[in-house]
Amino acid sequence: MLSALTQLLIFQLIGEVFARWLALPVPGPVIGMLLLFAALVLRGGADKELQTTSQTLLQHLSLLFVPAGTGVMLHLHRVADEWVALLASLLISTLATLIVTALVMKLCLGNNAKSGESA
Amino acid sequence: MTPQLNEIWVYLSATPLLGLTITLLAYQAAFWLYQRSGMNPLANPVLIAVTILVALLMLTGTSYQTYFDGAQFVHFLLGPATVALAIPLYTQLKRVKAMLVPVVVGLLAGSLTAAFSAIAIAKLLGASLPTQLSLAPKSVTTPIAMGIAERIGGIPSLTAVLVIATGILGAVGGRYVFNAMRIHDPAIRGFAIGVASHGIGTARAFQVSEQSGAFAALAMGLNGALTALLLPLLLSATRGLG
Repeated sequence: MLSALTQLLIFQLIGEVFARWLALPVPGPVIGMLLLFAALVLRGGADKELQTTSQTLLQHLSLLFVPAGTGVMLHLHRVADEWVALLASLLISTLATLIVTALVMKLCLGNNAKSGESA
Repeated sequence: MTPQLNEIWVYLSATPLLGLTITLLAYQAAFWLYQRSGMNPLANPVLIAVTILVALLMLTGTSYQTYFDGAQFVHFLLGPATVALAIPLYTQLKRVKAMLVPVVVGLLAGSLTAAFSAIAIAKLLGASLPTQLSLAPKSVTTPIAMGIAERIGGIPSLTAVLVIATGILGAVGGRYVFNAMRIHDPAIRGFAIGVASHGIGTARAFQVSEQSGAFAALAMGLNGALTALLLPLLLSATRGLG
């Protein structure tokens, strides 16, 4: 648990340093994730401890969004003033994104499968 | 309240202990409800926990800042959790490689739809410019989205809230949308939910299946990076034209 958590923090730290040093628009943890991914490819997999720790952490990923979500109380005024536009935009745009992404992927896969069959 | 209780409250409300404890309690209550509902997406644990907390803070007259002093310890774990997403991603490497074309094309289409449909609808309905710009990175994971909002002229803390609302909407609606579209491949379902609703969608996907979760994590990471790189450029380009 401890060594796995330390590994995760080290990768986050390296990511953070890279992001600032190279003035990248991508945040440190995302770069940390890409670096850990590269390390796993080189290493040929994660050790058991890293696997169980990350599983524990990811199982309750939703918990980690609660503090930021509670920040809605800071914006109740703006939300009250513009709730129609906000709600419509969030709802329609999120549905559109789900549909477009899934549809495009399905079409790509369908084409692949067809070319696979004919080959 | 007796003076004694009052003193205890004054002490507790000034320490991080209370904010941290009520976050965990509210989440566990929410998660219990979610499980009791048979993991019904409508009983989203983030939504329930946030509702409980906002009600509690407003009733006790506690400021968000005071609450966050404690809750920041939970918030901090978003960093290492994001790094940890590399592991399920690695486990699904073979499947991802096999689906490289759909993944790349789906990502581009989804990412652009997410940002520009949000701006267009908000503009059409008369939302102010800062609100429109705060909406633009709504499908991207919180830390990246806040950074983007700052860069393009949105309000970062409003973006954080909109990001979470988007996450909840996608996590709630995904199942119904995919079933209606007759899409059952866990890879496609996971990836689409990750593009549309980042970590909260990913959390939901992991509860459904490991494969869905890994594809959602991949989508979240890729969409975060792509939006962070593209959106500021595209927005300044479209403004140049207008």
